[in-house]
Amino acid sequence: MQRNWDVNMKRFADLHLRVPLKDIPQAERMIKKASELGYNLVGIPLSPHATREQISQLKHICSEAKVDLVSRVNFFPRNSNELLHDLRSYRRRFEIVAVRCHTKDVARQAAKDRRVDLLQFSVTNLRQRFFDEAEAELASQALSSLEIELAPLLQLTSFSRVHLLSCLRREVATAERADVPITLSSGATDENFMRGPRDYAALTTLFDLPLPSALRALSENPWVTVERNRGKLSPDFVAPGIRVVGRKTCD
Amino acid sequence: MIKREKRRYLALEVVSEQPLNEQIVLDAIQSSVHRLFGEYGTSQANIKLIKYLPEKRQLVIRCSHMMLERVRAAIASTIEVNGKTAAIHVVGVSGTLKALSKKT
Repeated sequence: MQRNWDVNMKRFADLHLRVPLKDIPQAERMIKKASELGYNLVGIPLSPHATREQISQLKHICSEAKVDLVSRVNFFPRNSNELLHDLRSYRRRFEIVAVRCHTKDVARQAAKDRRVDLLQFSVTNLRQRFFDEAEAELASQALSSLEIELAPLLQLTSFSRVHLLSCLRREVATAERADVPITLSSGATDENFMRGPRDYAALTTLFDLPLPSALRALSENPWVTVERNRGKLSPDFVAPGIRVVGRKTCD
Repeated sequence: MIKREKRRYLALEVVSEQPLNEQIVLDAIQSSVHRLFGEYGTSQANIKLIKYLPEKRQLVIRCSHMMLERVRAAIASTIEVNGKTAAIHVVGVSGTLKALSKKT
């Protein structure tokens, strides 16, 4: 049932597909659905202690569904020391690192640390959204992206959705002013909250993100992050801008 | 000369466990547009049902082209139809019914 959902043939990515790792048939259904909806890349959050078998099983499901798998880890540190410890221990094991910022010092540390790819904020407690001008300035220097999950916009109702939309409108304007890349992801835990990339892009008009920026946030921005990190994790990487192009064996 | 209002035709696919008729789906879309954009927005959207294909679980609606993205947003935000969990996906959008039928 592979359909051609997108005429411009952009490569779309959903970096936060929260598939249940213990329920493999459901995970399979969600990955297949993502492929049908037109995504070429899915990021699945794994536990920091995920086994190689778990990852290879997911890779197999993704290759059957013809989507690329990105291993991702979400950190929920209580303070900046815990964040630094997590980054030291697990950064090199995952292609994407996202940090859920519950406190201001975690948010600031995550924004200035180049090992952090995505900054996430609470969708239910809006007092814990610390993405202001200062945070944006730090994030733009460290190449971190602001991640906006769209499934909560579908789940929330009435005033909680209104408040979230007004917060997102302010944050998107701040991010655009400071040149912080925005990454849109589904954050879906269920097939019912999964939508096609064009539908998600249309949803972002609710918080005044222009359509071209929304499409960039669903395609180019996540791909740039993934490709940059894959380059860094490859054995040929030496330093930014320097990589091994060939090896010579000497007798 | 009065300029005719431009329209867009949308082919939608409804994913639901229960069988649904076209009027129920259309009501769910209308109420979603109403919830997000109010009475003024709903009147501007001018949503009409064009046809329903029960075997494919697809329906074709028409809206004002100025409101296309808003109608899409409202369709995407629909998570319930007739009190049961459901999802509505936009399969194709076009300015004419002929081009839409080629796309879907």
